[in-house]
Amino acid sequence: MHIMEGFLPVTHVIGWSAVSAPFVAYGLYSINKRIKENPEQRMLLGVAAAFTFVLSALKMPSVTGSSSHPTGTGLGAILFGPAAMAPIGAVVLLFQAILLAHGGLTTLGANIFSMAVVGPFVATAIFRLARIAKLPFGLSIFFAASCSDLFTYITTSAQLAYAFPDPAGGFAASFAKFATVFAVTQIPLAISEGLLTVVVMNALARFNPQELKEMNVVTVQEVRV
Amino acid sequence: MKRYQNLLMMFGVVLLVALPLWMVKKPAPGPDGKKVEIFRGADDQAKDVIVKLAPGYQPWFKPLMEPPGGEVGSLLFALQAALGAGFIGYYLGVSTTRARMRRENDTEARC
Repeated sequence: MHIMEGFLPVTHVIGWSAVSAPFVAYGLYSINKRIKENPEQRMLLGVAAAFTFVLSALKMPSVTGSSSHPTGTGLGAILFGPAAMAPIGAVVLLFQAILLAHGGLTTLGANIFSMAVVGPFVATAIFRLARIAKLPFGLSIFFAASCSDLFTYITTSAQLAYAFPDPAGGFAASFAKFATVFAVTQIPLAISEGLLTVVVMNALARFNPQELKEMNVVTVQEVRV
Repeated sequence: MKRYQNLLMMFGVVLLVALPLWMVKKPAPGPDGKKVEIFRGADDQAKDVIVKLAPGYQPWFKPLMEPPGGEVGSLLFALQAALGAGFIGYYLGVSTTRARMRRENDTEARC
């Protein structure tokens, strides 16, 4: 989902940066506030960031014959809410843009928006809905994480289609082309991300039931010590 | 079932990664004799789509620095994954030990 350096027109660069900046700023504020109130959650926040680091470094082959990587932002969004993931995703994207020439500084705003804003918000929304629908814990996590992964790539496709509309078919035709490259490739990877998130979340819930209960992630009945 | 759930899910991930390697056939070399590369990055392919849609588009900014080669690039990616995995492992180690000590304390208190 990394839009390459220089591959967005200047107006789009400014636009997406302006859209993403408030999310990152508010995210920093909300993380600070949270850590001040619950210092013991600092380590768990580290786990959320570490998970994003691992998953976004794993480039996996897909059935379409191309490779892509998961995003890993679902776990943190479920634990800490969507806002907290904006700065964490921004750090990962910045690392990759500067050191790896993967993504870019000019496209950072657009990439933050897809991976660190849309993805986490989708994850949180789906997780909450699934809990309201009384789906089992693992299944809720799975849906939340896979949809967050998939929607990140759909967002990237839309961003590129908006910047480079098809000369004949406009936005829709261009979106279809980018979505074939990104979203279809992403389907098996999104399933992988969902499964991996459930594995890590199971481990966290097993050994830290108290913390997760305080964070409203699991309910009292689900915590069996 | 619950006991094997995590193992099954890990197996599912391995399968999802391994199946494409086996399903996607390498296409024959093109007329120019160049080998066709498979499993290229989707980001790269998006660039090809952009070039097709807007042939006149010139990227107006170059990466400040690029890894001097594929190997150095994969070193940095491995480093990124290792840092993350290391921290997760450390935290799980801490929390399992903490959970065990809590349990032991409980049984001692009861005796």
